[in-house]
Amino acid sequence: MDIATTFEAIVRGDKEIFPPYLYEAYQSTRRRAPKQPLIETPLTISELTGPGPYLSRVIPEDADLTRNSGTGGEAIGQRIIVTGRVLDEEGNPIPHTLLEVWQANASGRYFHERDQWPGPLDPNFIGMGRCLTNDQGEYRFLTIRPGAYPWKNHYNAWRPAHIHFSLFGPNMLSRLVTQMYFADDPLHNLDPIMSSVPAGKARERLIAAYDHTVTEQEWALGYRWDIVLRGPNATPFENARQETGEGH
Amino acid sequence: MSKLPLTGSSTVGPFFSIGLLTKDMVHPVLASPETPGEHIRIEGRVLDGDGAPVIDALLEIWQANASGHYNHPAAQTTGTLDPDFSGYGRTGTAKDGSFWFETVKPGAVPFDDNTLQAPHLNLTIFSRGLLNHLATRLYFEDEAATATDPVLQLVPAERRATLVARKDPKATEEGKAVYRFDIIMQGEGETAFFNL
Repeated sequence: MDIATTFEAIVRGDKEIFPPYLYEAYQSTRRRAPKQPLIETPLTISELTGPGPYLSRVIPEDADLTRNSGTGGEAIGQRIIVTGRVLDEEGNPIPHTLLEVWQANASGRYFHERDQWPGPLDPNFIGMGRCLTNDQGEYRFLTIRPGAYPWKNHYNAWRPAHIHFSLFGPNMLSRLVTQMYFADDPLHNLDPIMSSVPAGKARERLIAAYDHTVTEQEWALGYRWDIVLRGPNATPFENARQETGEGH
Repeated sequence: MSKLPLTGSSTVGPFFSIGLLTKDMVHPVLASPETPGEHIRIEGRVLDGDGAPVIDALLEIWQANASGHYNHPAAQTTGTLDPDFSGYGRTGTAKDGSFWFETVKPGAVPFDDNTLQAPHLNLTIFSRGLLNHLATRLYFEDEAATATDPVLQLVPAERRATLVARKDPKATEEGKAVYRFDIIMQGEGETAFFNL
């Protein structure tokens, strides 16, 4: 284990893909990033299990964010379909796993008491959705394209349009919370949260592709975004195993 | 076949409660009155590097039932499945950074073929300013096995106490034991987090 780890270098998993905990340009990391190195641990039954397989209570209406506000009305905005596959690193689909999403409305305002910038609220949009992947690991949401919104991180800071995703997968290693972005957004390179992802290719993998085969005539534009979740083989636990004398 | 590159992590941001803490998604009570085992309450606070309460953290727990069995299809050698006990809990911190869960104390689960782990909960913490979630464990000060737990032994000795919940002298009105467990994200007394 590298005992010379610096504060800035504390990273979970792959350094190309996962941001450091401390990323100065994103101010909220400064008092919340751990300063001590993460503890390497062998994979036990506690890590090789997880709540994912148990969590399955969704109804089909949960996947339609344009109509799930409870008002009976339809959200205003550019209607979009966001679909893709959830895979493990071997390319195998992860079926029947829960996805939870949340997002701002078309004007860039969240339905949240602490979001008080003067973008208009849409009474017919709460910005919450969930679904399970099917047998092929596919998910599909119907929503509206979120707007960009200002935040107080620095002067004239605007977050690029994005949808938050939360996934469980089969075990504790596969737990992932991330954000999906849209192509051709001039705000990408100005955004410290997106810039915190170290490698350009890893940033690109957070951007959904426009897919005309997903687009439906006279109805909605289609975007495709695949998600690859970590499995038990992704991280170097060999040292910890040897230290504890655990067999392979 | 070459491996697919992973999808990276990002912060839950400040507004995750609209997606993760509405309706039936808040789940701080894991056990029903019929759940076998010692019924307990866990109380704590999440604090940042200034010692200020973190009012917008999301916490999830994952645990075995009282017999040491996870509600999961993986092959397991300890305990028996209780289909009515998920072992999963989720809650958000309040305006003073506090959180609580009510559950049963988990049983011991295997470490390897010959060794058991001390009873523990697996905790995951998300918040604004956390570009990756944090993973830690909660052990119990009144479990003798805590002192020799093979995973806790990997934590530097001076930091192990950050993973051990203290039994509060007071119990709940229903007689549940109360355990205190604060999560310090940074600085003095920083909680030990695992690379998961």
